[in-house]
Amino acid sequence: MQTVKMVVTGPFSAGKTEFIQSVSEIDVVSTERKISSPAERSVKESTTVAMDFGRITVDDDLVLYLFGTPGQKRFDFMWEILSEGMLGFIVMVDSTRPETFREARSILETFRAYAPTPYVVAANKQDREDAWDLEDMRHALRLDSKVKFLPCVATDKATVKSVLLELLYSILAEMESGG
Amino acid sequence: MALRGNLRDFTITQLLNLVNLAQKTGTLVVDGPSEQAYISFREGKLAYARVGHDDGSLAAVLHKANKLTVNQYRAIVERAGKITDKELGLLLINAGYLTQEEILLNLQGYFTEIIRRLFTWVEGFFRFEGEMLPPDDRINVRLDLENIIIEGSRQLREWEQLQDEIPSLEMALKFTDRPLKNVNLSVEEWRVVSYINPKNTMKQIAQTNKMNDLEVRRIVYGLLQAGLVEIIRPEGMVIPMSPKTFPTQNKEEQKSLVNKLIGRIRSL
Repeated sequence: MQTVKMVVTGPFSAGKTEFIQSVSEIDVVSTERKISSPAERSVKESTTVAMDFGRITVDDDLVLYLFGTPGQKRFDFMWEILSEGMLGFIVMVDSTRPETFREARSILETFRAYAPTPYVVAANKQDREDAWDLEDMRHALRLDSKVKFLPCVATDKATVKSVLLELLYSILAEMESGG
Repeated sequence: MALRGNLRDFTITQLLNLVNLAQKTGTLVVDGPSEQAYISFREGKLAYARVGHDDGSLAAVLHKANKLTVNQYRAIVERAGKITDKELGLLLINAGYLTQEEILLNLQGYFTEIIRRLFTWVEGFFRFEGEMLPPDDRINVRLDLENIIIEGSRQLREWEQLQDEIPSLEMALKFTDRPLKNVNLSVEEWRVVSYINPKNTMKQIAQTNKMNDLEVRRIVYGLLQAGLVEIIRPEGMVIPMSPKTFPTQNKEEQKSLVNKLIGRIRSL
């Protein structure tokens, strides 16, 4: 059995677990724990502390694993371990929480330094009224115009598929350009 | 137990806080990235400091502060073997050239500046020598550490923020399409800008310009915020793709595998 993996990363509460859940054929193997910090608990009740793990079977010989990283900075020792051997990565950003944009930028730079693999950035919660416009977010995140920056709703399978496909197209394009 | 350790585990600010609270007397010796610093304290107050090759003499301090001309400085240095700092200070006061307050203020400014430099050292080793006091011939000051500690804490926060913004100095920089016209850059910023090239990592730029990590990050952050540069992977730098990325090393098989993944995701 051949396996490949992609990593879904981003700040705390960006929607990484939901993203994986939307397309995984198994219930996501999640390492969620109750949040102890009152400030973080006001955002959500539990959070990923080690990793999330989803699976998509391609055929009898090939399986794609999706790994979600813990979003809190104090678990960042897991990031490098999870990034080892990844095909590419997705940075999830919560479009309604601009206070997390700087951290998202930092996570993106950290992952870029780990491995020369393609990546895309997904602007999650774009269905919400208070979501930032993509163009404004692109400026705030200081993303180059060449970086694929995609609207997403982590609970909506169609947008999740589109993000995964864009990443795969980037991987293929890089392979074809000899990268 | 000896007070010694690594700046990565115990910062300069924390050390100053400890000296202040414990009202320590002695000298903190810090081996930084390229030079050594000696900071002396008396009962928890800053008394004296010197760094690297600077001798920290009164003549040198006053010359740096433009209180002595080059000729005056040279004349004093030529007689250095015969005259102590304390004697020189008395001479300058008696000659009406400087007041005692001016001399002390200049020394305090010089010593504080050395500590500010130490705040930028994030790597290195330190040890506190309780028996080591400042040289007898040097003028000591008595400067409270609280304000210096507050300034250091502020700088530490800046360091943490800059590290978040620019996590790795192993990446390179390239200019964006925005021209560098009508931009007022400092000498230090120009020194960095002149080495910006997709082949040079930020670490290399810092080393070439003899800057520490904080200094180069601070400048790069300003350039990034102004939209003048962007961070890129260094050109020509081969970061080997992990052999675990693909189950096969054959390029065609790898492409076929990615195409299979695309087909599967589409069908979800």
